Amino acid sequence: MIKAILIFNNHGKPRLSKFYQPYSEDTQQQIIRETFHLVSKRDENVCNFLEGGLLIGGSDNKLIYRHYATLYFVFCVDSSESELGILDLIQRWFFHSLEHVGNSVVTVFPLWLSQIFEEEGVLSMHKVFVETLDKCFENVCELDLIFHVDKVHNILAEMVMGGMVLETNMNEIVTQIDAQNKLEKSETFIFQSPRQDR
Amino acid sequence: MALKMVKGSIDRMFDKNLQDLVRGIRNHKEDEAKYISQCIDEIKQELKQDNIAVKANAVCKLTYLQMLGYDISWAAFNIIEVMSASKFTFKRIGYLAASQCFHEGTDVIMLTTNQIRKDLSSPSQYDTGVALTGLSCFVTPDLARDLANDIMTLMSHTKPYIRKKAVLIMYKVFLKYPESLRPAFPRLKEKLEDPDPGVQSAAVNVICELARRNPKNYLSLAPLFFKLMTSSTNNWVLIKIIKLFGALTPLEPRLGKKLIEPLTNLIHSTSAMSLLYECVNTVIAVLISLSSGMPNHSASIQLCVQKLRILIEDSDQNLKYLGLLAMSKILRTHPKSVQAHKDLVLQCLDDKDESIRLRALDLLYGMVSKKNLMEIVKKLMTHVDKAEGTTYRDELLTKIIDICSQSNYQHITNFEWYISILVELTRLEGTRHGHLIAAQMLDVAIRVKAIRRFAVAQMSALLDSAHLVASSPQRSGICEVLYAAAWICGEFSEHLQEPQQTLEAMLRPKVTTLPGHIQAVYVQNVVKLYAAILQQKEQAADASAAQEVTQLLVERLPQFVQSADLEVQERASCILQLVKHVQKLQAKDVPVAEEVSSLFAGELNPVAPKAQKKVPIPEGLDLDAWINEPLSDSESEDEKPKAMFQDEEQRHTKPRAPEADEQELARRREARRQEQANNPFYIKSSPSPQKRYQDAPGVEHIPVVQIDLSVPLKVPGMPLSDQYVKLEEERRHRQRLEKDKRKKKKRERERRGTRRHSSLHTESDEDIAPAQRVDIITEEMPENALPSDEDDKDPNDPYRALDIDLDKPLADSEKLPVQKHRNAETSKSPEKEDVPLVEKKSKKPRKKEKKHKEKEREKKKKEVEKGEDLDFWLSTTPPPATPAPEELEVNTTVTVLKEEQEEPRGEEQDADEDREQDLEKKPSKHKKKKHKKDKEERPKDKRKSKKKVPPTDEEAAEPVENGTLDEEPLPPMSSYTLLAENSYIKMTYDVQGSLQKDSQVTVSVVLENQSDSFLKSMELNVLDSLNARLARPEGSSVHDGVPVPFQLPPGISNEAQFVFTIQSIVMAQKLKGTLSFIAKNDEGSTHEKLDFKLHFTCTSYLVTTPCYSDAFAKLLESGDLSMSSIKVDGISMSFHNLLAKICFHHHFSVVERVDSCASMYSRSIQGHHVCLLVKKGEKSVSVDGKCSDPTLLSNLLEEMKETLATC
Repeated sequence: MIKAILIFNNHGKPRLSKFYQPYSEDTQQQIIRETFHLVSKRDENVCNFLEGGLLIGGSDNKLIYRHYATLYFVFCVDSSESELGILDLIQRWFFHSLEHVGNSVVTVFPLWLSQIFEEEGVLSMHKVFVETLDKCFENVCELDLIFHVDKVHNILAEMVMGGMVLETNMNEIVTQIDAQNKLEKSETFIFQSPRQDR
Repeated sequence: MALKMVKGSIDRMFDKNLQDLVRGIRNHKEDEAKYISQCIDEIKQELKQDNIAVKANAVCKLTYLQMLGYDISWAAFNIIEVMSASKFTFKRIGYLAASQCFHEGTDVIMLTTNQIRKDLSSPSQYDTGVALTGLSCFVTPDLARDLANDIMTLMSHTKPYIRKKAVLIMYKVFLKYPESLRPAFPRLKEKLEDPDPGVQSAAVNVICELARRNPKNYLSLAPLFFKLMTSSTNNWVLIKIIKLFGALTPLEPRLGKKLIEPLTNLIHSTSAMSLLYECVNTVIAVLISLSSGMPNHSASIQLCVQKLRILIEDSDQNLKYLGLLAMSKILRTHPKSVQAHKDLVLQCLDDKDESIRLRALDLLYGMVSKKNLMEIVKKLMTHVDKAEGTTYRDELLTKIIDICSQSNYQHITNFEWYISILVELTRLEGTRHGHLIAAQMLDVAIRVKAIRRFAVAQMSALLDSAHLVASSPQRSGICEVLYAAAWICGEFSEHLQEPQQTLEAMLRPKVTTLPGHIQAVYVQNVVKLYAAILQQKEQAADASAAQEVTQLLVERLPQFVQSADLEVQERASCILQLVKHVQKLQAKDVPVAEEVSSLFAGELNPVAPKAQKKVPIPEGLDLDAWINEPLSDSESEDEKPKAMFQDEEQRHTKPRAPEADEQELARRREARRQEQANNPFYIKSSPSPQKRYQDAPGVEHIPVVQIDLSVPLKVPGMPLSDQYVKLEEERRHRQRLEKDKRKKKKRERERRGTRRHSSLHTESDEDIAPAQRVDIITEEMPENALPSDEDDKDPNDPYRALDIDLDKPLADSEKLPVQKHRNAETSKSPEKEDVPLVEKKSKKPRKKEKKHKEKEREKKKKEVEKGEDLDFWLSTTPPPATPAPEELEVNTTVTVLKEEQEEPRGEEQDADEDREQDLEKKPSKHKKKKHKKDKEERPKDKRKSKKKVPPTDEEAAEPVENGTLDEEPLPPMSSYTLLAENSYIKMTYDVQGSLQKDSQVTVSVVLENQSDSFLKSMELNVLDSLNARLARPEGSSVHDGVPVPFQLPPGISNEAQFVFTIQSIVMAQKLKGTLSFIAKNDEGSTHEKLDFKLHFTCTSYLVTTPCYSDAFAKLLESGDLSMSSIKVDGISMSFHNLLAKICFHHHFSVVERVDSCASMYSRSIQGHHVCLLVKKGEKSVSVDGKCSDPTLLSNLLEEMKETLATC
């Protein structure tokens, strides 16, 4: 089970939080702070697993995170999840979030690239890729996320549901998201026009 | 103009969307809180507006603020409003907000039930999807109970997008409402083989999650998962399955054997590291579970270790980390294989990544041996010096202690060295683990007698050294070691070289800055020292020196008397008085040493922490027996404690009641023993390692080489553990030389080898004899202690509720609550997969008692069968060759249920009819009647009713029904009738129509194997008439049979369904058919045939449909219906039962009932309305019918007449 998914920036500001267990707002903020504290003091080029988030569930839990440019993507999972599998998932989610929040820069990442990551053997290659990404996008992707949290949430909802991984096939996720966006657009057209008349 | 302004402001307000909010917050960095509170005010205004778009926008912003830590629970109701918007755009916003902030405590959450239900059944898949996603985050026990059935229906939705979400959310439903697990499980299991990979993956996910908590209940699924493992190509699914097998193998070692080969193949073939890693992990789990039995798996271990080494050597830190993690699992059972890679692990200790260093430390724990302990610890000590962060340093410290103390200090050959290490560790400032070091010091000093002299010397040095006392106690936990030092010096003061010096050290004023509990120990041990000194001085006849010591105490103790700590104060004042008394005696030249020492005479032995728990119950004491018999049965529960209390008081005065006779006593004892055996919390008397250790020959009998040490026992100042390493090497070298000379003593040494029953030792290990007489005292246990290491399960574990036996047939009490307005069943075409569910529903609660015994019997039979299935699968080697067992698994469930149904049929000789809906309608009718009035006022109660009525339309209101008040039990009914039978097989069948597919009926045929042969290749064929045709697979001709999709082992039955297309339904008709099959037994196989006649009655074309009295009246008034009537005499049955029978066998529903008159309605699959008016007179019943087709009506009435004639 995935206990929580967090995105925060280099200063610990939350950019997205999804808790699959109920916590009060205060506790949530505390967890984000604690997690940030744990993750941020780690060097680059160390492993992406971390034991002992004290606030979320005991010893069975692990933090699995990735650091892209200015953002930390953190999954708090228990032992039933595959560490490498989740890492891979974060990777894909990140790219598709970017692709879908609709920044032009994002077209730089064609779908085929992320498909390469589905064959995970290529971890070193992806490292190179992430480094390039870091250089190119500094602030860009963070701003994208900030202004489109809801969209990132929607992508996440197609990927993880109630703490369990729902779909790992990105093409399928993209199809569903596109269809939903289309549906939304058709509705927007209807409800926005009367407002303009008012 | 004014209007324009208003419009403008509204627009502006509305225009502040999420992006604006975010931008605003970013622009107000200094006064963010103020800005946000402003925004919240605006949002509150927006929420007051009627425009749903404005509301949705506001809720969207609130969701963002929630992430920043603002409580938005006050807007819960508005969120629900947005959730119930008709537009997907808003709905999604609403559900997202709800999923972020709703939880079990949200009071308005109960208002969502109907909205969610509506969304679940929405025609738009995305409405359904978004509702499922939202629900997965905030499902409560109430929601789970009320919606379980709706979600279960969605599991068979046509769209895989919905199916996978519905499957996944079931896990959450199970957690909140464990009762739903058993009814839902058959369908969940089916989804494992769903054609859509996403749905399959979701099902695997859910079952893995369930099985992880309660693996034993899912063992029977192993064959199915095995099949998936060998067939699936989805890495994610494979990983989950392989992880699941890891959890199952410890329960069934044979499964492990079967797994090794395919897993090894995967390890060799896969390129995905994640899969490789999980395979290795599961192979390790298998090897652990097999470690006792199979000798022949060294190749697998080698493969694992070799792959892990590759991972650890990889430059990717993640792989390195995981490799080490997995390696530590192998270590537990196969330490030798891992020890070969010591170099690699030590190398990892230097890694810059702390996580990796910690993992390497874990590994080291298992890699130490007598030979390398000193070397490894030395290396760790250098790391301790280097480590900057206190957390890592503390981790190192605990690891060092763990490594050294493991398995009763088995790797330590030189305890002086160990004490030195401990003393060196005390130099760590600011560690949290001072108490750990202290505990080790105490333990070693108490249990290793030979080391006491050395330990005492070291401890007195510690007491003397200022740095520990000086370090501020608040900041540092290291002063804890003084507790141990003081105690050791006091308790073993006879070994002290300079007791007086130590005594003075302990009485220094600085001591009073230590924590209270340490001071208390100081005070107590000061007296012990004092006693020792007195003795010493008196023996030396040095009276003045003795008096000096007394004087010192009298002077210094008052500083403790003033302590703020109660215990210190108490002890100090006690002792001060004692010493003053001694002083007086000393003044009179009375020898006192003897008496003072006698205060502390005797040895303190270590007591095991669990000793108290393990005191055995003395023979003859029965804790469960009543001391006084309970007063009476009527005594209420609340009074009991009081009564017990009285009993206790009486016990002292009252002589014990005369013993019950021997037999009774023996019986009770036996019963109790039984109970204990079944009680997991009771400590059982199985031998544990500890016990064995005690039984082993005493340590004293073991010959230990005495060697002159070149190290002086008294080390001035702080010892350096390093020097021991060198010394140890020299010693070992000498020992080796000596050993050659002493071949004669070899036999004795072998004895020592066996005592240490240590599989972990390398051969050379045994050659290393301890430097000291290692006299390790085991901790004391009560005599005849019952050793056990049962760890108690956590009673609060939420997953315990899901520990449910899934192989048991479903009981009627287990149906999922179904909402009345919706009928899950009829919305689908009759499918095979519905069978278990339908069966469950048709059970009769009132037959419960009677059926109970049968059920028990069936259950046993079933369990045996299940066991055999798994055994069968596990015993065969090529897995794909035996696909049958999974099938059997399903079949047996069906069989059991079916047989229960068939039983009553014999008694009742009923006609063939559909039984299901009506039958289950009955029991709830009584309930319904009673609550009818409240129900109209509280529509919410409806969902709690278990009643289920098929729908007419979406908007249909509740059918008006008059149930009966009489509680008389209904006779059991079954609609399955005999089709044909011979010595091999028995066929019973039932015909059901469906409103959805007009002109189609489904014939369910139960095939029961009555022979000893295995029946296979069954094929059913009928001679189609002009009017009725069997639906055959595409491409087959009208003369081909339809294969039955299963095989039947002896004694098993299963149900097959066949669809027929009917042209005209107004006439009953018969179809001739044949079942052909191959019967295979020991003597060979034969082709067999069984002819039958399928009878389609007109009733079988009717589908129970509720109708409302107003609609019913309109129908009758319309005048389109033709009329016909019958009358049957000699009816003895009550009207209530009569109606029930008509409802059940003829698929009618009661529209209204007044006294002995009832109106009933039904509808044919082709849409004919059938209305009945049933009147009961004295011993007779008249039925007037109206129907849109006269022929159909008359045929129906004829059939009804037959039924009524038996009443």
